[in-house]
Amino acid sequence: MIREVAIVGAGWSPFRSITPDISYKEMMYEAAVRAYGEAGIDPRRDVDSFVTVAEDYNEGTSIFDEYVPDQLGALHRPVQTITGDGIHGLVAAAMQILTGQFDIVVVEGHSKASNILTLPYILAYAMDPVFNRPLAAHPYFVAGMEMRRYLVETGTPLEACAQVVVKNRHNALNNPLAAFGADVSVDDVLASEPVAEPLTRLDCAAHADGAVVFVMASGETARALVDDPLWVRGMGWANDTFWLESRSWGQASYAYLAGQMAYRTAGIKSPQVEIDFAEIDDTFSYKELQHLEALGLCRPGEAGAWTLDGGTQLSGEFPVNPSGGSLGQGHLLDGTGLARVLEVVLQLRGEAGLRQVEGAEVGLAFAWRGVPTTGGAAVILCS
Amino acid sequence: MGRNRVAVVGAGMTKFVRRAQETAKELAWEAASKALESCEMSLDDIDAVVIGSAPEAFDGVHMKSEYLSDACGGWGKPVIRGYVGGGTGVFSPIQGWYHVASGLFDTVLVICEEKMSSCQPHPQGAFLTIFDHTTERPLEPNLLWIFALEMNAYMSRYGLDKRDIATVSVKNKRNAADHPAALLGDAEITVDDVLNSEVLAWPVQRLDVSPITDGAVALVMTAEHVARRVTNQPVWVEGVGWSLDTAYWSNRDLSYPTYVEEAARMAYKMAGITEPRKQIHIAEPYDPFDYKELHHLEGLLLFDKGKAPEAAAAGVTQRDGDLPVCPSGGLLGVGNPIAAAGLMKVAEIFWQLRGEAGARQVPGQPKRGLAQAWGDLMQVGTVIVMGI
Repeated sequence: MIREVAIVGAGWSPFRSITPDISYKEMMYEAAVRAYGEAGIDPRRDVDSFVTVAEDYNEGTSIFDEYVPDQLGALHRPVQTITGDGIHGLVAAAMQILTGQFDIVVVEGHSKASNILTLPYILAYAMDPVFNRPLAAHPYFVAGMEMRRYLVETGTPLEACAQVVVKNRHNALNNPLAAFGADVSVDDVLASEPVAEPLTRLDCAAHADGAVVFVMASGETARALVDDPLWVRGMGWANDTFWLESRSWGQASYAYLAGQMAYRTAGIKSPQVEIDFAEIDDTFSYKELQHLEALGLCRPGEAGAWTLDGGTQLSGEFPVNPSGGSLGQGHLLDGTGLARVLEVVLQLRGEAGLRQVEGAEVGLAFAWRGVPTTGGAAVILCS
Repeated sequence: MGRNRVAVVGAGMTKFVRRAQETAKELAWEAASKALESCEMSLDDIDAVVIGSAPEAFDGVHMKSEYLSDACGGWGKPVIRGYVGGGTGVFSPIQGWYHVASGLFDTVLVICEEKMSSCQPHPQGAFLTIFDHTTERPLEPNLLWIFALEMNAYMSRYGLDKRDIATVSVKNKRNAADHPAALLGDAEITVDDVLNSEVLAWPVQRLDVSPITDGAVALVMTAEHVARRVTNQPVWVEGVGWSLDTAYWSNRDLSYPTYVEEAARMAYKMAGITEPRKQIHIAEPYDPFDYKELHHLEGLLLFDKGKAPEAAAAGVTQRDGDLPVCPSGGLLGVGNPIAAAGLMKVAEIFWQLRGEAGARQVPGQPKRGLAQAWGDLMQVGTVIVMGI
């Protein structure tokens, strides 16, 4: 994918733990207007297709795509929803552009998690209805078991997971979009109450509300619209088995497969060398480590030690989650991946302020669908 | 169109039934394996998987594509689920098309599965949750009511005779008598049966409506170089289109589906079709209600506004008529497992164009056909044009 698809406009509604003053439609509108303004386009005239991401259960509305066109300026236009992560939506938009039939495609993702009073109960509906749901366990038990398996297989100390939390929440202090910036210590994380041992409360990303919209364009159109398009250099997505009973618990094989596809489409042979920084799913602290290894950004089993050595902090050799990640920004449900792509966009443009990664030219964003799934998606952007 | 020319090379489906004993996963895999078998392929040949399914509320599974992924052959592969409500069944092959046409994938498996029977006591309970949570849900609307409004608007605008509309139900249920997977085929049904059936919400009567159904359908779609290798009879995707109207359906003129016309125009343009009435030989418009088939035929520009009912009554849309419509038996006859029903229509066009439709085969060797679906709050149109 050499300079064929670009991001030419980015917009957001800031990520906040609670937003009683604004509806999801208003958040989408705010993000969309900002993105259209950056790209200098009129959605009613210029956009060939719209892709939104949403899951009905997170929205509390069946067939949620009914409620997206008005606030996006998408009436009487091709509009589709992807029930996946925001990066799944982004790759769908990119594929539409690659067909040559669409010049400008808009992708949107959002979260109104604060409206969901019983999130764990909603999530429990994602468990296999025949074999697993009758156990009536809090779905985070899947994360606890995975974390244990990962720690045992790799010999990673608990402190390394806690250090991910320390790093990401600290990074978020420098991100005005983030909801959960804080200075916490390794001891704070280890001492917080257990959720599903060894997972503690501070190991888990809290949820936030927010919306992100990107305007994407084909190569020629992108160059005509803006001076500094950011190019989609590669993308990949994959699922491991959904069965709890037969998946690879210690290793994130979906991340490995998605990464391999992204590197193949990007023509990247050595991701550690050719990529400058990454925004990687950290729904749970250990996931950042597990995903770093699966994506081939460090050697298997070494992500923990690397993190403890400071290699992944903002000033380290390979900054990971300079935005603060989901732990620091807040988890945006289906909009999470787009929030991570947004950080890559801001970094590559040099607009990341106090958290700017020096000399960033190639960045990777990776999203995971969360427990109990094994779905992941990656995108690589370059300037 | 697109970087790669895209063909459908295989199709398979489960029986459409009122209540399947199989789980959603088992239904999905049955359809997928039949589609693979039909073109002598295996999962090793599949590069990516596209899943379609309508509201999760039917079977109560959150993040349903994750749950269905391995049953759809997605283990270790890129999997994506697209969603446009009732329009999903025809949208899924459009999504399959752009996977292949983008140049990223050579071979894609497209699967639509729906299991409505899990929703007790009746899926109408799930449909209550499709309405606006502030302005509409407190009224506890029923899907039949809003379609009764639309049917009424259509009939009143053009002064239509309900007898003419009922001929659609009769035609489709009779056509379905020849479909081995059909739920409601009936070779003996008459217009009087329809007109004498129970009134649900005037003017909608029981036999105007398609049934609650469980089922799954799958297609294999490939790039041209693969299609040439695996079959002598590829069916090409010539044009695709989709369009979404406002969520505020109560502000809209319900007598004409503008969104279907927009989707059709997009697909015709891509396919280079300038005179659809001459260039489309066979059509599978969405028929969850009998009047919808007519409504959609007009939106597809295949008949003048308000003129489809008399044409249907005159036999134009019969299998041996000038424009065979829903030779499969449609949703009214084969059944309506929402997303799977739309993909069943695409599979029917595939079989008809290849001359493989058996007792349902339309005469005259059709060269080009279209399938169309509709959904959301009477809001979305999806169209695919295929040809040989």
